[in-house]
Amino acid sequence: MRGLDSLKRWLEQHARAAIGALGRLARRPAGSLMTTAVVGIALALPGGFLVGLDNLEAATGGWDGNPRLSVFLEKDVPEDQQARMADRLRAMDPVLGVERIDPDTGLAELREQTGLADSLSLLDDNPLPPVLDARLIEGIGSNATDTLLAEVQSMAGVDEIRLDRLWLERLQALTSLAGRVVTLVALLLGLTVALVVGNTIRLDIANARPEIEITKLIGGTDGFVRRPFLYAGLWHGLAGGVLAALLMNVGVALITGPAGQLAALYDSGFVPTGPGLSGTLALIATGGGLGLLGAWLAVGRHLADIEPGH
Amino acid sequence: MIRFEQVGKRYPGGHDALRGLSVEVARGEMTFVTGPSGAGKSTFLRLIPLLERPTRGNVIIDGVNLAGLPRRRIPFLRRRIGVVFQNHRLLQDRSVFDNVALPLIIAGRPHQEVQRRVRAALDKVGLLTRERADPVTLSGGEQQRVGIARAVVTRPPVLLADEPTGNLDPALSEEIMQLFQQFNQVGVTVVIASHDLSLIQRLGHRRIQLEEGRLA
Repeated sequence: MRGLDSLKRWLEQHARAAIGALGRLARRPAGSLMTTAVVGIALALPGGFLVGLDNLEAATGGWDGNPRLSVFLEKDVPEDQQARMADRLRAMDPVLGVERIDPDTGLAELREQTGLADSLSLLDDNPLPPVLDARLIEGIGSNATDTLLAEVQSMAGVDEIRLDRLWLERLQALTSLAGRVVTLVALLLGLTVALVVGNTIRLDIANARPEIEITKLIGGTDGFVRRPFLYAGLWHGLAGGVLAALLMNVGVALITGPAGQLAALYDSGFVPTGPGLSGTLALIATGGGLGLLGAWLAVGRHLADIEPGH
Repeated sequence: MIRFEQVGKRYPGGHDALRGLSVEVARGEMTFVTGPSGAGKSTFLRLIPLLERPTRGNVIIDGVNLAGLPRRRIPFLRRRIGVVFQNHRLLQDRSVFDNVALPLIIAGRPHQEVQRRVRAALDKVGLLTRERADPVTLSGGEQQRVGIARAVVTRPPVLLADEPTGNLDPALSEEIMQLFQQFNQVGVTVVIASHDLSLIQRLGHRRIQLEEGRLA
């Protein structure tokens, strides 16, 4: 029973501090809204970048990360030799799989994908060579690549080989660079959020000085004095998080139309997605956490200075 | 209840407010602390709830030597000592009721108990009808009585008052002192610092006379 009573008392004290802090924010709406706006924007920026990166990855995800090796054969290589060459290629270490594309299939694909049907029909005969399309293992080193290229080049009947992974690697390098930059920006803006909330709480503490002194004078523990300020920080952070989530969802809604048109031009069914429910919740929780952190820093720094004796 | 053993208090800058004061106040006693300004009356009172710490000697409250009291226990010491100030020290942005309720809320008392005890304390000081008022709308004597209600609402065993009648006219002063006497009659140890010698003589309690930080 006693445990239950003290739990009830604890909950009551927290509820009182939480509601009291909310009331205090409501009494100064202008200042509270300013802080909330700063927190919201500072959270929405990195949030937006992260969602953008996710979308970029989703949009380019159709190309898997494996480099491809296109081996163009001489036009007069007979079918059975093509099959043997495909088998040899398939047996090589860095090769995952080989697809043989005969000139007719290649022409059909070209017609389908490029809309050049009319121009292609003008051709008398098929100019395309037979092609072996090899999918290589991910992250193949340049030594292994050179060895492979030399080996393939030395096969009889090979006309030309093309390794089409450079642009993909560049894109991936750019994406990971962007990811790193976004992480850095997110960290800095997160720090900003904590500092902004901390500064607001510092002002609150300065304004509440007489109250803090009297509370300590009549036996308020440090925890009791601290609590309303920590809740104020939490509320600021949560409100900022909600605002950030709103900004991001509105932003994504604004972008969806033009992005869809762009995707359509590239013949892609890609549709940009927002932060989603879990992303939104994570954003709000991050705001709350950073607000609490900022308040905690301010409280630790400034509350100890206020003693009724001085 | 309150024992000072060779207590000295030197403020930064070298001023000695107390110089080896040894004095004892028994449980349930009512005592006046008198002496000229700067004799150390306020310092004497401030050392009891550890608003300040002595620079030497021992202060022992209810058998506990405060020198060994860790910082985190200080709030619990202060909850057992009601303090009334000359300038009231009320929260101006809270109602009379909320001011008096503060010590109970700090102690985490349940809601019904807070209501009941605050009303009882306000009734005792004759301000039950003003519980919704703001402190600024009250007269000096009324504000002082709110301060007293706040100091006694948790029924602390010790009640301290620093010049509680300093700004009041003689009739009001007498009223306030009678309130303190009533608390003393139910067993509270009361220590009051005061200038008001004629009033003190009329009431006829023990006097601790200080001069330059010592017993005179």
